[in-house]
Amino acid sequence: MIDTALHMSGVVKRFPGVVANDGVEFDVRQGEVHALLGENGAGKSTLSNIITGLYRPDDGVIELDGVPVSFSSPKAALDAGIGMVHQHFRLVQPFTVAENVVLGNPETPFVIDSRSTNEKVAELAERFDMAVDPSARIWQLSVGEQQRVEILKVLYRGARVLILDEPTAVLTPIEAEALFRTLRTMTAEGRTVIFISHKLDEVMSVSDRITVLRGGRTVGTVDTKSTSTRELAGMMVGRNIEFSRVVRHNPGNPQDTVLSLSGVCGEDDRGRPALNQISVSVGRGEIVGVAGVAGNGQRELAEVITGMRPATSGSVKVGGKVLPNGHVRDAIESGLAHVPEDRLHTGLAAGLSVEHNIALKTYRTPPLSRFGMLRRKAISEKASGLVTQFDVKTPDIATPVRLLSGGNVQKVLLSREFSTDPLVLVAASPTRGLDVGATETVRKRLIDAAEAGVGILLISEDLEEIMSLADRIVVMYEGRLVADMPSEGASRELIGLLMGGGTQEVVR
Amino acid sequence: MRSPVRLERRLHQPKRLNLLIPAVSLLFTLVLGAVLLLATGKNPIDVYWRMLERGFLSERALTGTLRTATPLAFTGLCAAAAFRLGVINIGGEGQLYMGAVGASLVGLWLGGSVPLGVTIVVMVLAGMIFGGVYAGFVGVLRAQFNTSEIITSLMMNYIASILLNYLIFNSRSYWRDPRSFGFPSGKPLDKRAHWPVFDMLGIPVSFGLFIAVLTAAVLWVVYRRSKLGFEINVIADSPRASRYVGIRTRLTIIAVTVLSGAVAGAGGASQVGDFAHYLDAKSLQLNGFGYTGIVVAALARLNPIGALFVAVLLGGLTNAGFSLQGPDFPSGLVGTLQGLILFCAVAGEILTKYRVRYNRSAVAA
Repeated sequence: MIDTALHMSGVVKRFPGVVANDGVEFDVRQGEVHALLGENGAGKSTLSNIITGLYRPDDGVIELDGVPVSFSSPKAALDAGIGMVHQHFRLVQPFTVAENVVLGNPETPFVIDSRSTNEKVAELAERFDMAVDPSARIWQLSVGEQQRVEILKVLYRGARVLILDEPTAVLTPIEAEALFRTLRTMTAEGRTVIFISHKLDEVMSVSDRITVLRGGRTVGTVDTKSTSTRELAGMMVGRNIEFSRVVRHNPGNPQDTVLSLSGVCGEDDRGRPALNQISVSVGRGEIVGVAGVAGNGQRELAEVITGMRPATSGSVKVGGKVLPNGHVRDAIESGLAHVPEDRLHTGLAAGLSVEHNIALKTYRTPPLSRFGMLRRKAISEKASGLVTQFDVKTPDIATPVRLLSGGNVQKVLLSREFSTDPLVLVAASPTRGLDVGATETVRKRLIDAAEAGVGILLISEDLEEIMSLADRIVVMYEGRLVADMPSEGASRELIGLLMGGGTQEVVR
Repeated sequence: MRSPVRLERRLHQPKRLNLLIPAVSLLFTLVLGAVLLLATGKNPIDVYWRMLERGFLSERALTGTLRTATPLAFTGLCAAAAFRLGVINIGGEGQLYMGAVGASLVGLWLGGSVPLGVTIVVMVLAGMIFGGVYAGFVGVLRAQFNTSEIITSLMMNYIASILLNYLIFNSRSYWRDPRSFGFPSGKPLDKRAHWPVFDMLGIPVSFGLFIAVLTAAVLWVVYRRSKLGFEINVIADSPRASRYVGIRTRLTIIAVTVLSGAVAGAGGASQVGDFAHYLDAKSLQLNGFGYTGIVVAALARLNPIGALFVAVLLGGLTNAGFSLQGPDFPSGLVGTLQGLILFCAVAGEILTKYRVRYNRSAVAA
């Protein structure tokens, strides 16, 4: 007989404006590695936060070893034997490995006996095949080693069910292999692992069973042995939904290039290569969609194009002119508009008023300023005009942007970007987190701009959005563009597979 | 660990709070102070009346109050100018010293050889340049290497302090009075280089206070109306947004730090030209105007115009404190009373931004 470690049924979690989990069914057997697969926004994180007691479900049943449970906090969940290894580590940098492991454990005495603690931690590490020095300080460790400390922490607390949230996102392939071995030793001991991921290959290699989530619902649970990456990709992106491509009256002209990248390389914040020889071009009035799972270099791509991040090699051309590397103002002045993914804190200064945010890119020159002084009347006139034109719902133009709803925040941002008459717009996840109505408005604005001749590079994790808006689709995986195809007749399944790291050859 | 009492940021700050909360803070101060005074056997009403009279009401009191308020206005504006950008310049003290050094240098040099107007302008400029350049080191370190400006500006206060002593104790120093044989002191300025004093309703007002008012007005305009002020607001609100629109963040940080130091430097010039008339190392170091300026800026909520009023308030409190001291009234008690006033003012300030929430469910959880 197979023991069920964790059983969830009909789990619903609503947030204002979105249903993150909509009746999730989920069964995890004791001693297995169970992968939770889905795109960003499919509800994986919400589900794991419910399991670990960070959120309370609005509806549904959770049973641990057949007993209904309801955790009020992550600590309560940990006491019951469910531990979470977060993607972003929660470690005290100046402390040693052993100190971090015993930290927060109620049995830890006030004064820590470092020798016996070190021994205990070393023993635990060895048992699970995790090489880490208990007396090392956290800041001395590599990211892979820090993750082992996180895992040791929950094991030390006696967790029987471990949830790992995208554990390989920060690991090198060799470190990932080591992690998989550790997971095997844990399941061999009868522990249960829930492995959250969006990478098809690793899910296939590490898990026993796979549950696929899409749009907050369970698509299904399959045995790893009897499935394929192709089937999983289909389940992940959904092959049955028919969606309509937007009909363009004034299609773009790919020959008249307004934005072109050639051989662009760049690094992420930690100085690791994030962009690998990116070459792509966007024509006048054309929408090129960049599909891909978040964290594959999309943010770096947008930042390199707009000058916020210097490229390590390659060049960016706007309207036929090469942009100087890493100069935001030059990019803006050459006609490059940018809707960043972090709209509230990068695209806007959230604490400043609507009118000041609208002036943010044009305050430097007349009519908004003269002789170093702002012209307040000109600014408020421009702001009032755009607020009306873009139908921004705000009490007045002096209201801080942070008090507006998500859709109106995005409208403020778009109104400003389009008011500069751009040649090119780089839009990153422009509809993420918006409700249906606001999403429609934003998409319509993008189409209108393209119809008017703006070349748009649309970077989005929402495949449906890309397929319905874009003229051409490129797929980004681990810093490379792995495909470039017209979106007319593009296969959703193929794109899903490419997003998950599959190659085109596998498909054919 | 959730506490049952929580501070929650206010979404809107009702206007009436701006008056209500200071009033309630004052009431709290008076009550707490009364407890303290009663416990030490004093009559609170009497003590409060004496403080009010000797700080603000009598003619002599006002003279002293404005005299103390002048340097506090400069250092308060210095702190406010930098804090607005999120640069915590606590080096107003050292920048004030350097301003005094620069102003006394040119003051001694020009003496009475040029008209007073020229002397004043040159002294103020020299003070601003010395203070500004001195703060510039802090700004460059912060902008280029992201060094904590709190540490560097604090450390540079000590350097300035030692330099000040050196300029007076070194027997060949240009600043030292060669005739001071006993304890060394600064060379006095020519009488014709003393800054003028104006009479306003019978109260003498130093020229430096006018410069402070003018500086406050200029800062207000810069922060409210200029492109630079706009950029400062953007950087302070979101450094990422400032990068996104191509604001030269580093340059702005350096410029604002220099500006802030220049304001304190002007205060140093006023100390020399208005009051001491020589480089008075000892009293500059005793008063600690630079540090009190931080309190001025905080209480004024970084508003330049507000800083002027707070400077007068704190100036009055300081002088009232001096006049309260006596055999029956130890200076420790004075300090405690002054501390209470500031404590309640700062506590009240927090309540204008946050509100207190009682969280009943946290106890059960």
